[in-house]
Amino acid sequence: MNVLKVALLILRKDFAIELKSYEIVSTTLFFSVACVAIFSFAFVKEGQAPVDVSAGILWIAIAFSGTLALGRTFERERYGETLKALLLAPAPRPAIYLGKLLGIVTLLFATEVVVVPMVAFLFDAPFFTKPLLLVALLGLGTIGYAAVGTLFAAMLVRARTRDVMLPILLYPITIPVIIAGVRGTSALLATPVDEPVAMLWIGMLSFFDVVFVTISLWTFEPLMTE
Amino acid sequence: MRKLFVPVLALTALMFAYSPIAIANAPYESTMRLVQKIFYYHFPAWMALTVSVTVCTVASALYLFKGSARADRIAAAAAEVTVIFGLFGLVSGSLWGRKAWGVWWQWDARLTMAFLLELIFFGYILVRNYGGPGAEKLAAAMGIFGGATAPFVYKSVDWWRTVHPKTSVMTTLGQTSPEMWYVVWFCTFTILLFMGLLLAARVRLEEQRAALDQLYLAAED
Repeated sequence: MNVLKVALLILRKDFAIELKSYEIVSTTLFFSVACVAIFSFAFVKEGQAPVDVSAGILWIAIAFSGTLALGRTFERERYGETLKALLLAPAPRPAIYLGKLLGIVTLLFATEVVVVPMVAFLFDAPFFTKPLLLVALLGLGTIGYAAVGTLFAAMLVRARTRDVMLPILLYPITIPVIIAGVRGTSALLATPVDEPVAMLWIGMLSFFDVVFVTISLWTFEPLMTE
Repeated sequence: MRKLFVPVLALTALMFAYSPIAIANAPYESTMRLVQKIFYYHFPAWMALTVSVTVCTVASALYLFKGSARADRIAAAAAEVTVIFGLFGLVSGSLWGRKAWGVWWQWDARLTMAFLLELIFFGYILVRNYGGPGAEKLAAAMGIFGGATAPFVYKSVDWWRTVHPKTSVMTTLGQTSPEMWYVVWFCTFTILLFMGLLLAARVRLEEQRAALDQLYLAAED
Protein backbone atom coordinates (compact mmCIF):
# COMPACT_ATOMS: atom_id res chain seq x y z
CA MET A 1 0.00 0.00 0.00
CA ASN A 2 1.33 3.38 -0.74
CA VAL A 3 1.88 6.03 1.90
CA LEU A 4 -0.89 8.39 0.89
CA LYS A 5 -3.49 5.66 0.72
CA VAL A 6 -2.66 4.49 4.24
CA ALA A 7 -2.70 8.06 5.51
CA LEU A 8 -6.16 8.60 4.02
CA LEU A 9 -7.36 5.32 5.51
CA ILE A 10 -6.26 6.44 8.97
CA LEU A 11 -7.94 9.79 8.42
CA ARG A 12 -11.14 7.96 7.44
CA LYS A 13 -10.93 5.74 10.51
CA ASP A 14 -10.53 8.74 12.84
CA PHE A 15 -13.37 10.53 11.11
CA ALA A 16 -15.66 7.55 11.43
CA ILE A 17 -15.00 7.39 15.18
CA GLU A 18 -15.37 11.14 15.56
CA LEU A 19 -18.67 11.25 13.66
CA LYS A 20 -20.18 8.83 16.20
CA SER A 21 -19.80 11.28 19.09
CA TYR A 22 -18.47 14.62 17.77
CA GLU A 23 -16.54 14.72 21.04
CA ILE A 24 -13.27 16.28 19.90
CA VAL A 25 -14.79 18.68 17.38
CA SER A 26 -17.35 20.04 19.79
CA THR A 27 -14.98 20.39 22.76
CA THR A 28 -12.28 22.03 20.66
CA LEU A 29 -14.71 24.44 19.05
CA PHE A 30 -16.25 25.34 22.38
CA PHE A 31 -12.82 25.91 23.88
CA SER A 32 -11.70 28.16 21.03
CA VAL A 33 -14.89 30.22 21.25
CA ALA A 34 -14.48 30.57 25.02
CA CYS A 35 -10.86 31.56 24.48
CA VAL A 36 -11.75 34.35 22.04
CA ALA A 37 -14.59 35.48 24.31
CA ILE A 38 -12.17 35.82 27.24
CA PHE A 39 -9.84 37.94 25.11
CA SER A 40 -12.79 40.03 24.11
CA PHE A 41 -13.80 40.60 27.75
CA ALA A 42 -10.22 41.45 28.61
CA PHE A 43 -9.42 43.82 25.76
CA VAL A 44 -12.59 45.38 24.36
CA LYS A 45 -13.47 48.39 26.47
CA GLU A 46 -16.62 50.48 25.96
CA GLY A 47 -17.24 48.94 22.56
CA GLN A 48 -13.79 49.94 21.33
CA ALA A 49 -11.55 47.08 20.20
CA PRO A 50 -7.86 47.88 20.68
CA VAL A 51 -5.81 48.28 17.51
CA ASP A 52 -3.54 45.50 16.24
CA VAL A 53 -4.33 42.75 18.73
CA SER A 54 -6.71 40.64 16.66
CA ALA A 55 -3.96 38.76 14.76
CA GLY A 56 -2.33 37.75 18.03
CA ILE A 57 -5.61 36.70 19.58
CA LEU A 58 -6.54 34.62 16.56
CA TRP A 59 -3.27 32.71 16.64
CA ILE A 60 -3.28 32.22 20.41
CA ALA A 61 -6.80 30.79 20.15
CA ILE A 62 -5.66 28.44 17.37
CA ALA A 63 -2.54 27.36 19.26
CA PHE A 64 -4.40 26.70 22.52
CA SER A 65 -7.25 24.79 20.90
CA GLY A 66 -4.64 22.90 18.91
CA THR A 67 -2.93 21.75 22.10
CA LEU A 68 -6.26 20.60 23.47
CA ALA A 69 -7.20 18.76 20.29
CA LEU A 70 -3.78 17.08 20.03
CA GLY A 71 -4.07 15.75 23.56
CA ARG A 72 -7.61 14.46 23.01
CA THR A 73 -6.90 12.76 19.69
CA PHE A 74 -4.21 10.54 21.13
CA GLU A 75 -6.00 10.10 24.43
CA ARG A 76 -8.66 8.25 22.47
CA GLU A 77 -6.08 5.85 21.04
CA ARG A 78 -4.64 5.30 24.49
CA TYR A 79 -8.00 4.75 26.12
CA GLY A 80 -9.00 2.16 23.54
CA GLU A 81 -5.48 0.70 23.72
CA THR A 82 -5.44 0.85 19.95
CA LEU A 83 -2.18 2.68 19.36
CA LYS A 84 -0.19 -0.54 19.53
CA ALA A 85 -2.54 -2.13 17.02
CA LEU A 86 -2.18 0.87 14.76
CA LEU A 87 1.60 0.66 14.95
CA LEU A 88 1.52 -3.08 14.33
CA ALA A 89 -0.39 -2.59 11.10
CA PRO A 90 1.66 -3.60 8.05
CA ALA A 91 1.99 -0.02 6.91
CA PRO A 92 4.94 2.35 6.80
CA ARG A 93 5.17 4.35 10.04
CA PRO A 94 5.45 7.73 8.29
CA ALA A 95 2.06 6.99 6.70
CA ILE A 96 0.52 6.59 10.17
CA TYR A 97 2.02 9.90 11.20
CA LEU A 98 0.75 11.53 8.03
CA GLY A 99 -2.77 10.21 8.62
CA LYS A 100 -2.82 11.58 12.15
CA LEU A 101 -1.41 14.89 10.95
CA LEU A 102 -4.13 15.20 8.31
CA GLY A 103 -6.76 14.58 10.98
CA ILE A 104 -5.41 17.27 13.29
CA VAL A 105 -5.01 19.76 10.44
CA THR A 106 -8.60 19.16 9.30
CA LEU A 107 -9.85 19.63 12.85
CA LEU A 108 -7.92 22.88 13.23
CA PHE A 109 -9.24 24.13 9.88
CA ALA A 110 -12.74 23.51 11.18
CA THR A 111 -11.86 25.51 14.30
CA GLU A 112 -10.49 28.35 12.18
CA VAL A 113 -13.69 28.51 10.15
CA VAL A 114 -15.44 29.46 13.40
CA VAL A 115 -12.72 31.46 15.12
CA VAL A 116 -11.67 33.75 12.26
CA PRO A 117 -15.15 35.26 11.71
CA MET A 118 -15.61 35.49 15.46
CA VAL A 119 -12.40 37.47 15.96
CA ALA A 120 -13.25 39.60 12.93
CA PHE A 121 -16.68 40.28 14.44
CA LEU A 122 -15.63 40.97 18.04
CA PHE A 123 -12.48 42.93 17.28
CA ASP A 124 -13.70 44.69 14.17
CA ALA A 125 -10.80 43.31 12.12
CA PRO A 126 -10.88 43.30 8.30
CA PHE A 127 -9.65 39.72 7.85
CA PHE A 128 -11.30 39.16 4.49
CA THR A 129 -9.78 41.86 2.29
CA LYS A 130 -7.26 39.35 0.88
CA PRO A 131 -8.92 35.97 1.45
CA LEU A 132 -6.37 33.95 -0.50
CA LEU A 133 -3.42 35.28 1.48
CA LEU A 134 -5.31 34.69 4.71
CA VAL A 135 -6.02 31.09 3.72
CA ALA A 136 -2.35 30.58 2.81
CA LEU A 137 -1.17 31.99 6.15
CA LEU A 138 -3.65 29.98 8.19
CA GLY A 139 -3.07 26.80 6.19
CA LEU A 140 0.72 26.89 6.33
CA GLY A 141 0.77 28.00 9.97
CA THR A 142 -1.61 25.24 11.00
CA ILE A 143 0.40 22.59 9.17
CA GLY A 144 3.66 23.72 10.80
CA TYR A 145 2.12 23.77 14.25
CA ALA A 146 0.31 20.46 13.83
CA ALA A 147 3.38 18.75 12.32
CA VAL A 148 5.39 19.14 15.51
CA GLY A 149 2.30 18.73 17.70
CA THR A 150 1.31 15.39 16.19
CA LEU A 151 4.80 14.00 16.66
CA PHE A 152 5.04 15.01 20.32
CA ALA A 153 1.45 14.08 21.16
CA ALA A 154 2.03 10.62 19.68
CA MET A 155 5.19 10.15 21.70
CA LEU A 156 3.60 11.42 24.90
CA VAL A 157 0.82 8.83 24.80
CA ARG A 158 2.90 6.56 27.00
CA ALA A 159 4.18 9.25 29.35
CA ARG A 160 2.55 9.79 32.73
CA THR A 161 2.88 13.58 32.60
CA ARG A 162 1.63 14.03 29.03
CA ASP A 163 -0.80 16.88 29.80
CA VAL A 164 1.94 19.12 31.15
CA MET A 165 4.66 17.96 28.81
CA LEU A 166 2.86 18.61 25.54
CA PRO A 167 2.78 22.43 25.82
CA ILE A 168 6.24 22.49 27.41
CA LEU A 169 7.74 20.65 24.46
CA LEU A 170 5.54 22.05 21.74
CA TYR A 171 5.55 25.80 22.37
CA PRO A 172 9.29 26.57 22.33
CA ILE A 173 9.64 24.71 19.03
CA THR A 174 6.56 26.14 17.33
CA ILE A 175 6.80 29.75 18.50
CA PRO A 176 8.56 30.71 15.23
CA VAL A 177 5.50 29.44 13.35
CA ILE A 178 3.16 31.41 15.60
CA ILE A 179 5.31 34.54 15.21
CA ALA A 180 5.29 34.19 11.42
CA GLY A 181 1.52 33.65 11.46
CA VAL A 182 0.86 36.66 13.68
CA ARG A 183 3.17 38.95 11.71
CA GLY A 184 1.74 37.84 8.39
CA THR A 185 -1.84 38.27 9.57
CA SER A 186 -1.06 41.70 11.02
CA ALA A 187 0.29 42.73 7.62
CA LEU A 188 -3.05 41.67 6.09
CA LEU A 189 -4.97 43.72 8.63
CA ALA A 190 -2.95 46.88 8.01
CA THR A 191 -4.50 49.65 5.96
CA PRO A 192 -3.49 49.57 3.17
CA VAL A 193 -2.78 45.83 3.11
CA ASP A 194 0.96 45.20 3.28
CA GLU A 195 1.11 42.44 0.70
CA PRO A 196 4.92 42.07 0.32
CA VAL A 197 5.33 41.60 4.08
CA ALA A 198 2.53 39.03 4.15
CA MET A 199 4.21 37.19 1.26
CA LEU A 200 7.52 37.25 3.14
CA TRP A 201 5.94 35.55 6.15
CA ILE A 202 4.13 33.06 3.92
CA GLY A 203 7.52 32.12 2.49
CA MET A 204 8.92 31.83 5.99
CA LEU A 205 6.03 29.57 7.03
CA SER A 206 6.54 27.31 4.01
CA PHE A 207 10.18 27.00 4.98
CA PHE A 208 9.33 26.07 8.58
CA ASP A 209 6.74 23.58 7.35
CA VAL A 210 9.27 21.82 5.15
CA VAL A 211 11.79 21.62 8.01
CA PHE A 212 9.27 20.45 10.61
CA VAL A 213 7.46 17.91 8.44
CA THR A 214 10.77 16.46 7.23
CA ILE A 215 12.17 16.05 10.75
CA SER A 216 8.89 14.59 11.99
CA LEU A 217 8.60 12.04 9.19
CA TRP A 218 12.22 11.12 9.70
CA THR A 219 12.05 10.65 13.48
CA PHE A 220 8.52 9.21 13.85
CA GLU A 221 9.59 5.64 13.21
CA PRO A 222 12.41 5.39 15.80
CA LEU A 223 10.44 7.47 18.30
CA MET A 224 7.43 5.20 18.21
CA THR A 225 9.48 2.00 18.37
CA GLU A 226 9.86 0.62 21.86
CA MET B 1 40.14 10.41 28.37
CA ARG B 2 40.22 10.45 32.17
CA LYS B 3 44.01 10.79 32.21
CA LEU B 4 43.71 13.97 30.15
CA PHE B 5 41.16 15.59 32.45
CA VAL B 6 43.54 17.02 35.07
CA PRO B 7 46.17 18.43 32.64
CA VAL B 8 43.46 20.02 30.52
CA LEU B 9 41.84 21.41 33.65
CA ALA B 10 45.14 22.97 34.68
CA LEU B 11 45.69 24.42 31.20
CA THR B 12 42.16 25.84 31.12
CA ALA B 13 42.60 27.38 34.57
CA LEU B 14 45.85 29.03 33.44
CA MET B 15 44.31 30.34 30.23
CA PHE B 16 41.26 31.54 32.11
CA ALA B 17 43.44 33.36 34.63
CA TYR B 18 45.37 35.01 31.83
CA SER B 19 42.29 35.98 29.80
CA PRO B 20 41.40 39.15 31.85
CA ILE B 21 44.96 40.39 31.31
CA ALA B 22 44.71 39.75 27.56
CA ILE B 23 41.31 41.46 27.47
CA ALA B 24 42.61 44.47 29.40
CA ASN B 25 45.55 44.80 27.03
CA ALA B 26 43.41 44.58 23.90
CA PRO B 27 42.77 47.92 22.19
CA TYR B 28 39.61 49.87 23.01
CA GLU B 29 36.76 49.82 20.54
CA SER B 30 36.23 53.38 19.30
CA THR B 31 32.52 53.89 20.06
CA MET B 32 31.68 51.54 22.93
CA ARG B 33 34.99 51.80 24.79
CA LEU B 34 35.04 49.68 27.96
CA VAL B 35 31.60 48.09 27.43
CA GLN B 36 32.80 46.29 24.31
CA LYS B 37 35.03 44.13 26.54
CA ILE B 38 31.94 42.01 27.29
CA PHE B 39 32.39 40.67 23.77
CA TYR B 40 35.44 38.67 24.85
CA TYR B 41 33.24 36.39 26.94
CA HIS B 42 29.93 36.87 25.12
CA PHE B 43 31.08 35.49 21.76
CA PRO B 44 32.97 32.52 23.29
CA ALA B 45 29.89 31.56 25.33
CA TRP B 46 27.81 31.33 22.16
CA MET B 47 30.58 29.43 20.39
CA ALA B 48 30.63 26.93 23.26
CA LEU B 49 26.85 26.69 22.96
CA THR B 50 27.16 26.03 19.23
CA VAL B 51 29.46 23.10 19.94
CA SER B 52 27.32 21.70 22.75
CA VAL B 53 24.13 21.99 20.66
CA THR B 54 25.85 20.14 17.83
CA VAL B 55 27.03 17.43 20.22
CA CYS B 56 23.53 17.12 21.69
CA THR B 57 21.85 16.89 18.28
CA VAL B 58 24.25 14.32 16.86
CA ALA B 59 24.14 12.26 20.06
CA SER B 60 20.33 12.44 20.14
CA ALA B 61 20.12 11.22 16.55
CA LEU B 62 22.58 8.42 17.29
CA TYR B 63 20.53 7.39 20.29
CA LEU B 64 17.28 7.43 18.32
CA PHE B 65 18.49 5.59 15.25
CA LYS B 66 21.16 3.32 16.71
CA GLY B 67 19.87 2.95 20.26
CA SER B 68 23.27 3.72 21.76
CA ALA B 69 22.91 4.31 25.52
CA ARG B 70 26.27 6.08 25.57
CA ALA B 71 25.03 8.60 23.01
CA ASP B 72 21.99 9.23 25.19
CA ARG B 73 24.21 10.04 28.18
CA ILE B 74 26.33 12.39 26.09
CA ALA B 75 23.20 14.13 24.76
CA ALA B 76 21.86 14.63 28.28
CA ALA B 77 25.16 16.12 29.40
CA ALA B 78 25.41 18.36 26.33
CA ALA B 79 21.87 19.69 26.84
CA GLU B 80 22.68 20.83 30.36
CA VAL B 81 25.92 22.45 29.23
CA THR B 82 23.93 24.18 26.46
CA VAL B 83 21.51 25.67 28.98
CA ILE B 84 24.39 27.00 31.09
CA PHE B 85 26.20 28.69 28.21
CA GLY B 86 22.91 29.93 26.78
CA LEU B 87 22.07 31.60 30.09
CA PHE B 88 25.52 33.14 30.24
CA GLY B 89 25.23 34.34 26.65
CA LEU B 90 21.78 35.84 27.19
CA VAL B 91 22.76 37.60 30.41
CA SER B 92 26.04 38.95 29.04
CA GLY B 93 24.25 40.05 25.88
CA SER B 94 21.55 41.76 27.90
CA LEU B 95 24.12 43.66 29.96
CA TRP B 96 25.89 44.74 26.80
CA GLY B 97 22.62 45.68 25.15
CA ARG B 98 21.72 47.92 28.10
CA LYS B 99 24.83 50.00 27.41
CA ALA B 100 24.98 49.73 23.62
CA TRP B 101 21.30 49.95 22.67
CA GLY B 102 19.91 51.52 25.86
CA VAL B 103 17.55 48.61 26.55
CA TRP B 104 17.97 45.35 28.45
CA TRP B 105 16.03 43.35 25.92
CA GLN B 106 14.43 43.73 22.53
CA TRP B 107 12.35 41.15 20.69
CA ASP B 108 14.29 41.25 17.45
CA ALA B 109 14.98 38.14 15.38
CA ARG B 110 18.33 37.19 16.90
CA LEU B 111 17.32 37.68 20.51
CA THR B 112 13.99 35.92 20.02
CA MET B 113 15.54 32.90 18.33
CA ALA B 114 18.32 32.67 20.92
CA PHE B 115 15.73 32.81 23.69
CA LEU B 116 13.69 30.07 22.00
CA LEU B 117 16.75 27.87 21.68
CA GLU B 118 17.34 28.28 25.40
CA LEU B 119 13.69 27.35 26.05
CA ILE B 120 13.97 24.23 23.89
CA PHE B 121 16.93 22.96 25.88
CA PHE B 122 15.22 23.87 29.14
CA GLY B 123 12.34 21.76 27.86
CA TYR B 124 14.82 18.98 27.15
CA ILE B 125 15.92 18.93 30.79
CA LEU B 126 12.35 19.18 32.08
CA VAL B 127 11.10 16.29 29.98
CA ARG B 128 14.10 14.18 30.94
CA ASN B 129 13.59 14.76 34.63
CA TYR B 130 9.80 14.62 34.85
CA GLY B 131 8.73 12.73 31.73
CA GLY B 132 8.70 9.33 33.42
CA PRO B 133 9.64 6.14 31.60
CA GLY B 134 10.59 6.60 27.96
CA ALA B 135 11.44 10.26 28.49
CA GLU B 136 14.87 9.74 26.92
CA LYS B 137 13.30 9.37 23.49
CA LEU B 138 11.16 12.47 23.93
CA ALA B 139 14.25 14.35 25.02
CA ALA B 140 16.13 13.08 21.98
CA ALA B 141 13.40 14.47 19.70
CA MET B 142 13.72 17.76 21.56
CA GLY B 143 17.48 17.69 20.95
CA ILE B 144 16.98 17.17 17.23
CA PHE B 145 14.49 20.03 16.99
CA GLY B 146 16.91 22.15 19.01
CA GLY B 147 19.59 21.33 16.49
CA ALA B 148 17.24 22.39 13.69
CA THR B 149 16.59 25.72 15.43
CA ALA B 150 20.25 26.53 16.02
CA PRO B 151 21.10 27.49 12.40
CA PHE B 152 18.16 29.93 12.48
CA VAL B 153 19.68 31.57 15.54
CA TYR B 154 23.01 31.91 13.78
CA LYS B 155 21.69 33.19 10.45
CA SER B 156 18.86 35.32 11.88
CA VAL B 157 21.02 38.46 11.91
CA ASP B 158 21.75 38.10 8.20
CA TRP B 159 18.16 37.32 7.20
CA TRP B 160 16.32 39.98 9.18
CA ARG B 161 17.15 43.53 10.07
CA THR B 162 18.16 43.33 13.72
CA VAL B 163 19.88 45.49 16.30
CA HIS B 164 22.41 42.71 16.85
CA PRO B 165 25.59 42.84 14.69
CA LYS B 166 25.78 40.49 11.70
CA THR B 167 27.81 37.28 11.53
CA SER B 168 30.34 39.07 9.30
CA VAL B 169 31.53 41.06 12.32
CA MET B 170 34.20 38.46 13.09
CA THR B 171 35.67 38.45 9.57
CA THR B 172 35.84 42.24 9.49
CA LEU B 173 37.38 42.27 12.94
CA GLY B 174 40.18 40.03 11.66
CA GLN B 175 41.04 42.67 9.07
CA THR B 176 40.47 45.90 11.01
CA SER B 177 41.82 44.94 14.40
CA PRO B 178 43.89 41.73 14.51
CA GLU B 179 44.87 42.41 18.14
CA MET B 180 41.23 42.23 19.22
CA TRP B 181 40.65 39.28 16.94
CA TYR B 182 43.45 37.24 18.57
CA VAL B 183 42.16 37.95 22.06
CA VAL B 184 38.63 36.90 21.05
CA TRP B 185 39.87 33.60 19.72
CA PHE B 186 42.09 33.07 22.75
CA CYS B 187 39.04 33.51 24.99
CA THR B 188 36.95 31.33 22.70
CA PHE B 189 39.47 28.54 22.88
CA THR B 190 39.59 28.85 26.68
CA ILE B 191 35.81 28.67 27.02
CA LEU B 192 35.64 25.78 24.57
CA LEU B 193 38.13 23.82 26.68
CA PHE B 194 36.05 24.69 29.74
CA MET B 195 32.94 23.45 27.96
CA GLY B 196 34.72 20.22 27.07
CA LEU B 197 35.66 19.73 30.71
CA LEU B 198 32.11 20.34 31.91
CA LEU B 199 30.81 17.95 29.31
CA ALA B 200 33.33 15.25 30.24
CA ALA B 201 32.56 15.61 33.96
CA ARG B 202 28.83 15.47 33.31
CA VAL B 203 29.10 12.44 31.02
CA ARG B 204 31.17 10.70 33.70
CA LEU B 205 28.44 11.39 36.26
CA GLU B 206 25.82 9.89 33.93
CA GLU B 207 28.04 6.85 33.38
CA GLN B 208 28.44 6.33 37.11
CA ARG B 209 24.68 6.62 37.54
CA ALA B 210 24.07 4.03 34.85
CA ALA B 211 26.66 1.74 36.44
CA LEU B 212 24.98 2.17 39.84
CA ASP B 213 21.59 1.31 38.34
CA GLN B 214 23.12 -1.81 36.84
CA LEU B 215 24.50 -2.81 40.25
CA TYR B 216 21.11 -2.30 41.91
CA LEU B 217 19.48 -4.46 39.25
CA ALA B 218 22.14 -7.14 39.71
CA ALA B 219 21.69 -7.06 43.48
CA GLU B 220 17.94 -7.50 43.16
CA ASP B 221 18.22 -10.55 40.91
